[in-house]
Amino acid sequence: MKRNSVAIVGAAETTELGKVPTMSQVQLHADAALNALADAGLKLSDIDGVATGGHNAVEIAHYLGIVPKWLDGTSVGGCSFMLLVRHAAAAINEGLCNTVLITHGESGRSGLGRHGSSIFPSLFQQQFERPFGVTRPPTMFTIPVLRYMKDFDLSEETLAMVPVVQREWAGKNPRASFKDPITVDDVLNSKMICYPFRLLMCCLVTDGGGALILTKADRAKDMPQKPVYIRGTGESAETPMISQMADFTSSAAFKVSGQQAFESAGISHSDVDHLMIYDAFAHLPIYGLEDLGFVGRGEAGPFIADGNTRPGGKLPMNTNGGGLSYMHSGMYGMYALQEGVRQMRSTASAQVPGAEISVVHGVGGMFSASGTIVMTNVA
Amino acid sequence: MANGERELPRPTPETQNFWDGTKAGELRLQQCGDCENVYFPPRHFCPGCGSKSVAVLRASGRATLHSYVISHLPAPGFEPPYAIAVAKLDEGPKMMCNIVDCPQTPVALVIDMPLEVSFEKINDDITLAQFKPVRGQ
Ligand SMILES: [Zn+2]
Repeated sequence: MKRNSVAIVGAAETTELGKVPTMSQVQLHADAALNALADAGLKLSDIDGVATGGHNAVEIAHYLGIVPKWLDGTSVGGCSFMLLVRHAAAAINEGLCNTVLITHGESGRSGLGRHGSSIFPSLFQQQFERPFGVTRPPTMFTIPVLRYMKDFDLSEETLAMVPVVQREWAGKNPRASFKDPITVDDVLNSKMICYPFRLLMCCLVTDGGGALILTKADRAKDMPQKPVYIRGTGESAETPMISQMADFTSSAAFKVSGQQAFESAGISHSDVDHLMIYDAFAHLPIYGLEDLGFVGRGEAGPFIADGNTRPGGKLPMNTNGGGLSYMHSGMYGMYALQEGVRQMRSTASAQVPGAEISVVHGVGGMFSASGTIVMTNVA
Repeated sequence: MANGERELPRPTPETQNFWDGTKAGELRLQQCGDCENVYFPPRHFCPGCGSKSVAVLRASGRATLHSYVISHLPAPGFEPPYAIAVAKLDEGPKMMCNIVDCPQTPVALVIDMPLEVSFEKINDDITLAQFKPVRGQ
């Protein structure tokens, strides 16, 4: 794709996050969409492309009264929105549509008007995993981690530093669900969910939504918000079954997606001012830092524990507090993208001073799929 | 006891032979006649090279404990805490399983410990391939 040819010109979350008992899932989509339109200074009638994951895109278009020229319903879990940004940028460049609205809404906590899984069921998973007692994500996503811990000598204490550091960022964010500081002992003494994962190593479950509006970069200059350009993108997928990951210490999807994003953006790791790595569970930033190439194999745990990603560190990461402390509706990718946009607009609660390049990396399913977006505020 | 019953596999034409195997006390993999790739789960072609020249390979049943978790969450047909594990077969492929005949504790469940297949008959149609520690080695 052409670097910086498409820009994010509207971005917003739902007015409320956390527990939203007054809205069903489709209304969370709409609430975020209307907020993003207001942010962009656009009307519903300006939108000619609609995309969403985890919900029927036709229902979203109809609910908003839009008859689109372009539609995308890619639904591969929480990173669907990274893939949708990529697909939307390609569609805009190809002239299939001019202005794309990407929406997310999920009544993850209240369960109002919620569909089933955001991912299609897997034939193989039904036969070869579900009979062994896998249920919700904590029983699946965590399965490779003891292998990693043995191979790279990662201790539970170091793993516990991931939520500790992210809580430091959350403390700077008035909209974060949890803001009080926590210690390694707090994490290791929290309730056991799925050994070796304790409660504070697992994401929140909340209600909320978010929306993005993308259009051609040359149009973006005349719009109210500082444009955030799509500089590079990547996507990939490996397996619908966690047991069939080729390497339990590394995600093939992360590596392919990340490499495409960096190469298409024409950046190196030292160019990155701000990083988001989807953190449904504490080990994901560790896998992400290594598979994206920021550090070598086995180095990510100590890298985080040494403070490199905390406020004031050299690689600010998950600056909204992440899925571990900010919010996690189920498909967190949209919120990671929103924080990337805020950082590029210089409007984040925990703003990284002078940040020009943000990398936002997502996971879908249980290491099943991945999408990576490189954003910049420099045309 | 947790509510409900364990979810059971629903065999499909591509996997029936595997489930016939577990019922007969055999752990069946597949091997490609062209590139020799040994793979799981079963399908009518080799996912390594696309060849349709594939044959059933009876696995030794020997494996090691590749990774696991011990779930404390409720699950139909399970009494928490229980381990959900992945066995790495000597032939190469990995399989999800439970570890039977073994305390469900981090002390008893040691990464890389040797395992052997243990068939668990659920009903007349379904027998699961489980794994248990190899004793006295
Ligand atoms: Zn082959």
